[in-house]
Amino acid sequence: MVTEDEVQLRTDNVCLRFGVVKALDGISLDVKPHQLLAIIGPNGAGKTCLFNVINGFYRPQEGEVYFEGQRITQLPPYKIAKLGISRTFQAIQLYHGLSVVDNIMVGRHIHLKSGMVSGAIYFGWAQREEAEHRKEVEWLIDFLELTSVRNRIVGSLPYGLQKRIDLGRALALEPKLLLLDEPMAGMSRDEKEAMARFILDVVEMRGITIVLVEHDMGVVMDIADRVVVFDYGHKIADGLPEEIRNNEQVIKAYLGKPKEA
Amino acid sequence: MDVNYRQSVAMLRTRSQWIALGVLLAFLAVAGRVFPSEIVDVMNMMFILIVAAHGLNILTGYCGQISVGHAAFKGTGAYTAAMLIVRLGWNHWVALPVAALAAGGAGVAFGLPAFRVGGFYLAMSTLAAQFILPALFLFAMPGIVGGISGITVPRPAIGDFSFRIPENQYYLFMPMCVVMTIVARNIARSRTGRAFVAVRDNEPAATIMGINPFGYKLRAFFIGCLFAGVAGWMRVVYDGCVRPDIYPLMGSIWMLGIIIIGGMGTTIGPIFGVILVRALNEMVLMLSPFIGGFFRPEIAIQMGAGLGLIVFAVVVIVFLVFEPRGLAHLWQVFNERMRHWPFKYEPG
Ligand SMILES: Nc1ncnc2c1ncn2[C@@H]1O[C@H](COP(=O)(O)OP(=O)(O)OP(=O)(O)O)[C@@H](O)[C@H]1O
Ligand SMILES: [Mg+2]
Repeated sequence: MVTEDEVQLRTDNVCLRFGVVKALDGISLDVKPHQLLAIIGPNGAGKTCLFNVINGFYRPQEGEVYFEGQRITQLPPYKIAKLGISRTFQAIQLYHGLSVVDNIMVGRHIHLKSGMVSGAIYFGWAQREEAEHRKEVEWLIDFLELTSVRNRIVGSLPYGLQKRIDLGRALALEPKLLLLDEPMAGMSRDEKEAMARFILDVVEMRGITIVLVEHDMGVVMDIADRVVVFDYGHKIADGLPEEIRNNEQVIKAYLGKPKEA
Repeated sequence: MDVNYRQSVAMLRTRSQWIALGVLLAFLAVAGRVFPSEIVDVMNMMFILIVAAHGLNILTGYCGQISVGHAAFKGTGAYTAAMLIVRLGWNHWVALPVAALAAGGAGVAFGLPAFRVGGFYLAMSTLAAQFILPALFLFAMPGIVGGISGITVPRPAIGDFSFRIPENQYYLFMPMCVVMTIVARNIARSRTGRAFVAVRDNEPAATIMGINPFGYKLRAFFIGCLFAGVAGWMRVVYDGCVRPDIYPLMGSIWMLGIIIIGGMGTTIGPIFGVILVRALNEMVLMLSPFIGGFFRPEIAIQMGAGLGLIVFAVVVIVFLVFEPRGLAHLWQVFNERMRHWPFKYEPG
């Protein structure tokens, strides 16, 4: 177990280049357990790239990522997931042919034990296991207020609900660390508030560490314990929300130049 | 919340579903004795095709991995069984699981290119399987494998009950088909099947849930070709022999067509597909002498085979364009309508 003053996630001088584009340029970051860390920054600052490095989609050219003291930089994404890191996507990535229940059930994958043989026999062991884990999934469906659509195929559902299913699936993995990439983008004020409530409740109930990328400054200042600011692959600020609000460099990065699309 | 999860994960929920199943099973139980021999023979062939189609459906329908070598994997099972039974004197029943495993193993070997993203490499590799494996049946050690004339294989028997005539084979193939259908359904609705669909629908999103995509693609190849191997063993009992020409490329293409028509990624799909394709086949056989009458005799002779292919191709294309989810989806819509009748059904 990690204690409060330990570091759960550490990125150490991470550099990621695409040709001449330096998406991440020496990012060092410490995330403590049970924290809600927000990352903000203009478009193309490298926020999503950092997530992709942490969960193993991208290999950085330099630097290392450590999770609970273990170096995970070279691990494939599915092994990183098994360590307890889960994420959601900026552009929703669901299994569009499966129902809401089954999408979230896939999130239980690493906790289920049944393999090909017990699955083929099904009756008895696998069936009992399915029922057990369905309980957890149904709890999440209830919690995320998805009950009315639980058996619908996700492809046909509205955007706001899909975002919530994405969150539900990530939570079903019972992560220790959850990376949320713009979970409220493109939502109405009401939907944003609901989403913020889900996130805060989860932190409180399950004590998950959360790294949140979000553009809506209002939301970020409200719910984050700590805020990190990215600009052009650099970390330009790191501190408490009120410190960031008054930081000159941040104001310049956001307001001092024409905003890209 | 008061939900009975055991019940909500069950296959059959309503009483009418149980009654329908009972009627179906009763029909299947007596059909082998009430229908004339030729019809029972056609049904036997359909049971074999359904088992093979379930396999391809798991691989291509659920896991999204293309294979144009399914007939060759079926042949691998058939030849393994034939050689074990005839050359080594094995018991038929012991040869069955070994034949299935051999086909599954061959599937994994030719499925290895699945680690490359995209279907192209797999199409090439399984096409290679479709050429290499039958070439082995034909040319490798003719003294053992049988060469062009193949191997004659005796039929199995249980006591005095010999599986030589179609009426008796029926009581072997029908239960095997039922069991394999249940196995296919069980795999689809458990952890492995969900992982297959996750890999098919969104590989990165499957990965972040702790699913190793390559591992699951190979599992899909193993299971899919295992089914093909079982179907191959059945085919040996059906034919009483193995021959290299029984497992051609066309057989693999038909298989793909069957699961497209029936509905990929559903357990009922392969069953619908086999029934419809078989029905079309019989129709063409009946009609071709009539249509052939309009042509010169030299052409008319070849009409049957040619017409069958054309009808099959047209039907597959019609389904791909107008109902890519196949008969299974039409069936689902029909069921929903019935359930909501007389209210209007709004598809989700
Ligand atoms: N696969 C890739 N190939 C090439 N360049 C990439 C790739 N992924 C990201 N980039 C580049 O890296 C930089 C950082 O991108 P990233 O997606 O991390 O930005 P972001 O901070 O998430 O922005 P946004 O707020 O728009 O989501 C951008 O310049 C982007 O064009
Ligand atoms: Mg981004």
